[in-house]
Amino acid sequence: MLNKIYDWVDERLDITPLWRDIADHEVPEHVNPAHHFSAFVYCFGGLTFFVTVIQILSGMFLTMYYVPDIKNAWESVYYLQNHVAFGQIVRGMHHWGASLVIVMMFLHTLRVFFQGAYKKPRELNWVVGVLIFFVMLALGLTGYLLPWDMKALFATKVTMQIIESTPLIGTYLKTLIAGDPDIVGAQTITRFFAIHVFFLPAALFGLMAAHFVMIRKQGISGPL
Amino acid sequence: MHRGKGMKFVGDSRVPAPSERKPNIPKDYSEYPGKTEAFWPNFLLKEWMVGAVFLIGFLCLTVAHEPPLEKIADPSDTAYIPLPDWYFLFLYQLLKYTYASGPFNAVGAFIIPGLAFGALLLAPFIDRGPERRPSKRPLATGFMLLAIAGITFLTWQSVATHDWEAAANQGKIVAEVEIDTEAEGYKLLEANNCLSCHGAELTGGGGSPALVDTGLTPEEVSEIAKNGRGSMPAGMFKGTDEELKKLAEYISGLTSK
Repeated sequence: MLNKIYDWVDERLDITPLWRDIADHEVPEHVNPAHHFSAFVYCFGGLTFFVTVIQILSGMFLTMYYVPDIKNAWESVYYLQNHVAFGQIVRGMHHWGASLVIVMMFLHTLRVFFQGAYKKPRELNWVVGVLIFFVMLALGLTGYLLPWDMKALFATKVTMQIIESTPLIGTYLKTLIAGDPDIVGAQTITRFFAIHVFFLPAALFGLMAAHFVMIRKQGISGPL
Repeated sequence: MHRGKGMKFVGDSRVPAPSERKPNIPKDYSEYPGKTEAFWPNFLLKEWMVGAVFLIGFLCLTVAHEPPLEKIADPSDTAYIPLPDWYFLFLYQLLKYTYASGPFNAVGAFIIPGLAFGALLLAPFIDRGPERRPSKRPLATGFMLLAIAGITFLTWQSVATHDWEAAANQGKIVAEVEIDTEAEGYKLLEANNCLSCHGAELTGGGGSPALVDTGLTPEEVSEIAKNGRGSMPAGMFKGTDEELKKLAEYISGLTSK
């Protein structure tokens, strides 16, 4: 049945090359923990992706309840966590996943760095990877404000002070991000919500696509 | 698994490099020594098993530890000590040092992080040699170890200097309770200056605990009112013993529904 559907689509769209590019390749021995246990260091990148998928899914479920508004943001988070069935699990996955993604990405970065895997011809993939790192940190920063509790507000105020201290363009930058030159408030939470849910994920998807296309094209680096 | 149909592919996405340049296409895996394994489905199945074990551990974490939520943001609480998420602590701590803050703010906020992250971003263009082993490129390895040590030290410093007890108190969610400001006990609180720290709604703030849901007996309350506790000095209460009794019973009886 599945084969028949595949054949039907393949006859019309010739999807086999696509399939070959994505999945039809050999995994070399030196990255396979089944052969060398120390090769578990090659798992960190995949686990980063796995946690990212968890973040995307749990985040989608969070927006079913969350209201980006200074009056209702905290109330909606409190309601989700205390009154919705499994709400604590959904929010917990997003909260702890945010930390885990940083940990896994850090380990993945260190693995690639210490193995010198960023050397020619893989320079561009390293640059894209570091950009993904920055986007993830920005996602953590903007997500921190959204529950609109005490630590969210005051940590964001500190962030805004740092942004404001940028030479020359500080005030403009702060106004752009916070929505007001002085207040961290209603404008700020809607902007952070938009940045956290639309702008940064869009950038993340583009960068991740580039990251994966490059690794499929170049293959994984050889053994040391 | 069914692979291809003997069709001529219009475009295989793997573009060969011109032969006069150094080839940038990796060797075929069959040229690696040892045992390769098909990605689909053999290796992917193993990856999924690792993922499943990881997911179970992760779900255990979410069940065991409730994600923290402090009380709703109150911009008027000026005594709140802010703290960023743990992975920003090292940057936050850096800004506390004399030569990285105040007039030197640009050093701590832009120059040092900018150099560190800039070097990370451009690592392949700085460390250009052909060697890959860490021991064969001592500068790259050394700077990275230095950066890890620096981040670890700053994070540790930040954690060690933070007042975790006050932090746990300052953000606590306080159950709302209807407070009768005409009550005798409330008037006594007002008269003895209790409200300046514990708040007009008795919700506490800035290191002072809430007076609602204290769980203390009247005797314990009067003891604290007379002799203080923690950062609260002794002798705050200046009324008569009878007033003290009334006040203690009032606070002890303040519970949320």
